[in-house]
Amino acid sequence: MAKEKLKLAFYWAASCGGCEIAVLDINEKILDVVQVADIVFWPVAMDVKYKDVEALPDKYIDVCFFNGGIRNSEQEHMAKLLRQKSKILVAYGACAHLGGVPGLANLHNKKEIFEKVYTSTVSTDNQNKVTPKPKVQVKEGELEIPEFYDTVRTLDQTVDVDYYVPGCPPAVERTLYAIEAIAKGELPPKGSVLAPLKSVCDECPRKKENKKISKIYRVYEKAPEPERCLLEQGILCMGPATRGGCGARCLNADMPCTGCGGPCPNTPEQGAAMISALASILGLEEEKEKYTEEEVEKLIGQIKDPVGTFYMYALPASILRRKVMRE
Amino acid sequence: MKEIIIDPITRLEGHGKIAIFLNDDGEVENAYLQIPELRGFEKFCIGRKAEDMPLLTSRICGVCPVAHHMAGTKALDSAFNVEPPEPAKKLRELMYCGYYIYDHTLHFYYLGGPDFIVGPTAPPEKRNILGVIEKAGLDIGKEVIKHRAYGQRITELIGGKATHPVCGLPGGISKPLSEEKRQEIEKMAASAVDFAKFTLKIFHEIVLGNSNYVDLIKSDAYTLHTYYMGLVDEHNKVNFYDGKIRVVNPSGSEFAKFEAKDYLDHMAEHVEEWTYVKFPYLKKVGWKGFTDGPESGAYRVGPLGRLNAADGMATPLAQEEYTRMYSTLGGKPVHSTLAYHWARLIELLYASERALELAKDPEITSTNVRNKPDKPGEGVGVVEAARGTLIHHYVLDENALVKDVNLIVATVNNAPSINMSVRNAAKGLIHNGKVDQGLLNMVEMAFRAYDPCFGCATHFAAGQMPLTVEIYDSKRKLLKTVQR
Repeated sequence: MAKEKLKLAFYWAASCGGCEIAVLDINEKILDVVQVADIVFWPVAMDVKYKDVEALPDKYIDVCFFNGGIRNSEQEHMAKLLRQKSKILVAYGACAHLGGVPGLANLHNKKEIFEKVYTSTVSTDNQNKVTPKPKVQVKEGELEIPEFYDTVRTLDQTVDVDYYVPGCPPAVERTLYAIEAIAKGELPPKGSVLAPLKSVCDECPRKKENKKISKIYRVYEKAPEPERCLLEQGILCMGPATRGGCGARCLNADMPCTGCGGPCPNTPEQGAAMISALASILGLEEEKEKYTEEEVEKLIGQIKDPVGTFYMYALPASILRRKVMRE
Repeated sequence: MKEIIIDPITRLEGHGKIAIFLNDDGEVENAYLQIPELRGFEKFCIGRKAEDMPLLTSRICGVCPVAHHMAGTKALDSAFNVEPPEPAKKLRELMYCGYYIYDHTLHFYYLGGPDFIVGPTAPPEKRNILGVIEKAGLDIGKEVIKHRAYGQRITELIGGKATHPVCGLPGGISKPLSEEKRQEIEKMAASAVDFAKFTLKIFHEIVLGNSNYVDLIKSDAYTLHTYYMGLVDEHNKVNFYDGKIRVVNPSGSEFAKFEAKDYLDHMAEHVEEWTYVKFPYLKKVGWKGFTDGPESGAYRVGPLGRLNAADGMATPLAQEEYTRMYSTLGGKPVHSTLAYHWARLIELLYASERALELAKDPEITSTNVRNKPDKPGEGVGVVEAARGTLIHHYVLDENALVKDVNLIVATVNNAPSINMSVRNAAKGLIHNGKVDQGLLNMVEMAFRAYDPCFGCATHFAAGQMPLTVEIYDSKRKLLKTVQR
């Protein structure tokens, strides 16, 4: 008797849709996937109703790939529902894994975001300061929309997660690797990130000469030499602190890594790991045993927007998590 | 009063919901399209590094990241007061054509087109890419997959990554194009021209060859008399990458033509409590609610908006097809919402022809791809995203950190009109309180014509939208559920 096909599901929450496209980007290999698996739920491409998912027996879905962070009440509901219906839940892509770019909203709260978006943006004409509300009476009846939360959470801050596929979006090889591992039943221990153990630096073909830098350049200030390490040319690159598995794609375009793969296995705090990498390379031209406070300040002061730089994709998952909320 | 909730599968997914209210006679009183999600880029981009904006804002939408990346990069050109060298502009435009090839192919074959190719009355489970392959054949299915991938590959070769490219810099682009990659692009672009011609042929045979479809396209339920907006070049031809924003009135005459930097004189946004999306309108006409005609500031963007707002296409084959569309549908402007599909295919042909021109341009492999930015200041960037005019506006401080951000996003421009189209489709089909399966099809088709990628506003179900209609009596008691 033929082996029963795997049942896969794909779902998206607070994300951009790029993870859906990343799945389509496996192109004709999707036809191979369909050989070994049935896709039972994929709202962007297939016609399965929400109610049908609710009606499924628990653990009916073998593997659910969930992308996007948790930003509102509906997304939280769906995360919980799909956890209940799935044997294996995979946080797919940077937003589900780490919070992603939208996680930078944790530098603010709901009130501040609403004020900006609906009142003070320059093209908005809203003298009565109207803002969207979960329940609204219009003249014909009542309308409901989900509640917007103050804080973006990662998937594993919401429900139990079995595996992670990193990247913004995940590279095609990462997606294929995950699907293959699942199809063959060769999954690593629960909680693993399905990527090599190396950093982006380890994958990067650029030459490293162990040079120190004293000046940090913004990417638009300097055209880098094509084959040399960007960091050693003074361009801030998150490569040393970021998990690889992407083939150093951004470096191939002469642009630095911005950290979408998340932290490396042994240094779970990505920003701290990058600061430590910088500490070992950044210095005054004259080597000194000890720097004065002023000198340190001058060196460090060159790093603009440290939160956005070190945590572009990982603020909700970091120890910082969010800006302190006060009444 | 009765309430009907049309809920894309996404009711609890949070990607789009329609509520229709009936009056006591069972006729449609009003309809609301609700966008239940927000992410707040305008707020959290403040304080970030200027050069990160094309990366951050591309995460607004992973279906059209190239559009945001490019609008952001152009806003930086303007904010740093730097003009990129010609080869950099051409490379950007070439990458942009790749994005159009990918995106318009995706829409026609995977998302909106199945309604026509497989048929509006075909069973819903057949109205998807697999149904298209079944009807048109596996060979064609493979061509579709191949050319969607070509579009992505062009972006990847120039931008580093197809989804969320990284090459945009104020004053240019990060890396020149090698001769080897140029040749690869030229081959793909040539193939895309043939593929676009073939796609139009399918459209002519299946859609225009069927008088029922043509009547459907021309029917009142799918007609809105609005203003139209799009970027045009110096000859008033459609341009995706650069130019002036032109607006025509519902009779087709030029109403305004302006530089991106002056957008605040012409555009404003209205806020409602029942949705997270804002409603843009023409400032000089004013917000008059969800109503069309010359008195209402509602305007439409995207493929039909662009073609209506321009005088033609800049490449020969696309121009031929442009003339054909307007002569078939009774002259300019075309107000039929379903004509978006035809307009989109004309643009697919233009994007392919233009990509081929650029790939053959002797300057395209030049290494002169970046100019030095000046001091940071304020800038506005505009491009035509696949779904419409896209504006990024940044104010930078002296450290080139972002002080203020404003974004008018492609699909959002159409939000007032999508609301109206949904209401009209409902009005055309619901009478005496009777709702049938046809309503669901009609409403869904009204949406899909716009290719509403609310990934931009939030994100809407970009794909097939299984719908549920719930009908409530005046006491809000559930009478009936119809599912498609």
